[in-house]
Amino acid sequence: MEPVSAKSTSEAAPYSVEKVRAAFPALEREVHGRPVAYLDSGASAQRVLASIQAVDRYERRHHSNVHRGSHTLSAEATEAYEGARATVADHIGAADRREVVFVRNATEAINLVARAWGDANVREGDRILLTEMEHHSNVVPWQQLAERVGAEIDWAPIDEEGLLDMDALAALLERGPKLLAVTHVSNVLGTENPLAEIARLAHDAGALVLADGAQAAPKLPLDVAELGVDFYAVTGHKLYGPTGIGMLWARLDLLRAMPPFLGGGSMIRKVTREGTTYADPPARFEAGTPAITQAIGVASALRWLDSIGMDAVREHERQIADYALERLAEVPELRVFGPPRGPDRLGPVSFEIEGIHAHDVSEILDRHGVAVRAGHHCAQILMDRLQISATARASFGVYTTPEEIDRLVEGLEDARRVFAL
Amino acid sequence: MDELYRDQILEHYKRPHNFGRLERPDLEFEDTNPFCGDEQHVTIRLDEDERVAEVAFDGKGCAISTAATSLLTDELAGMSREELLKLPKDFVLELLGIEISATRMKCAMLGLKVVKSASLGQPAEWEDEGEEGDPAEAVADLGQL
Repeated sequence: MEPVSAKSTSEAAPYSVEKVRAAFPALEREVHGRPVAYLDSGASAQRVLASIQAVDRYERRHHSNVHRGSHTLSAEATEAYEGARATVADHIGAADRREVVFVRNATEAINLVARAWGDANVREGDRILLTEMEHHSNVVPWQQLAERVGAEIDWAPIDEEGLLDMDALAALLERGPKLLAVTHVSNVLGTENPLAEIARLAHDAGALVLADGAQAAPKLPLDVAELGVDFYAVTGHKLYGPTGIGMLWARLDLLRAMPPFLGGGSMIRKVTREGTTYADPPARFEAGTPAITQAIGVASALRWLDSIGMDAVREHERQIADYALERLAEVPELRVFGPPRGPDRLGPVSFEIEGIHAHDVSEILDRHGVAVRAGHHCAQILMDRLQISATARASFGVYTTPEEIDRLVEGLEDARRVFAL
Repeated sequence: MDELYRDQILEHYKRPHNFGRLERPDLEFEDTNPFCGDEQHVTIRLDEDERVAEVAFDGKGCAISTAATSLLTDELAGMSREELLKLPKDFVLELLGIEISATRMKCAMLGLKVVKSASLGQPAEWEDEGEEGDPAEAVADLGQL
């Protein structure tokens, strides 16, 4: 159960979507008599067999609590859990595995920063800079922080194509925010933000940068050191692993200076009646028995992703998004939100059909075995900016095929027929 | 093809009855479906007996929520506020006359919820939909798959 660094071993192997699909048992499911075309990986991806099996193996043979006993099972569990941390660190380009904190999901990672770093560093009258394309998980914790301490929030706008307006961002940075919280890839528009450039601008203005990588991590090769951000949040269940596990990466010097978020076992150095001193990171931020099984599950999924190679994963995502944009352009009265086709245009692809509500679109697609999400996608600030209340969204995974996009388009044509458009 | 999207539903979706807003309403309320962000706004005018004289709604919604409220608002004339508050969910389901899945129940009930809230002047108490049956049994079923 030791960590394996597979990052550089097989990036040259050609991408075979058939082979990839064979690694996902759920894709054998039928929905309404057709093989499921799962175009909702942006909400939660299907689980890769390697992860399911690693979870099963651990649960059957190796489970005990971590960092507790010197007995064999506890040692094995600890080794597996800390090995999972090392795998994550390796996958995202962290210099030191102590920079990886296991949490419940990306939302909890951001809340941890807002509570632990935010409460200690953001004061009344300070500013926090967000963008119009943030998921609620990267909005609400900052609003709560602003409310607690009396800080102000600014919103960096997007342009007509759905790209961040970099001039406006630069102007807002001149107001001297303490922190810029920005998504790496939009969960609605499929925009990949130029994170390295944004981080440089923000640092020049004296702001720290938190990136929400929930959508980016499953699609992009990651190197947090190269990106130059200060905090990076990801979640396991969009990475083909289990729910209940997410990761916060943060610069070690920042983690060392941060007070704890939750108190309890494991996060202490010494507890006395007079008070408690805290453990070093990452243990300081992992109170209580952690999600050991899920950490092992997500690490196995990452090792599997590394065996394919994230460069190939990104190229597959780009090709599928490009094909989806090409095909959707053929559907009358359909409007896509987000940047046009291009080398930096990834999924998801959000759209509306004039005259058919997104819920009805997704309901009719479901009858064709095509799973898409409909709604505001936890991005009501963006919906407000686009002056819509909901979109249908097709999001892709490593297993998505052009044939599934064709089925999406067929389903949309049927929706138009049902609504007699 | 489709029971859910049969002509009556689509007709009410495309040309909803009582669509718009009344000026100087006696009762008024707006609410959203937090699941999808859809909104409905209901205005009601009462006669001298405090019964519904006129009702109108507007907002953004799917075929199910729009048709449900269109059908519902056709039936409200002459009802007292107490009668509005007592309207059961089945009243709307019978008007719709189609099977509504657990995931679409919130859509179907949005209008009724807003009408009840309007007659109360505050958000009506509401039980979440889609929780029929024994949840523990659903877990047991999953084990058999």
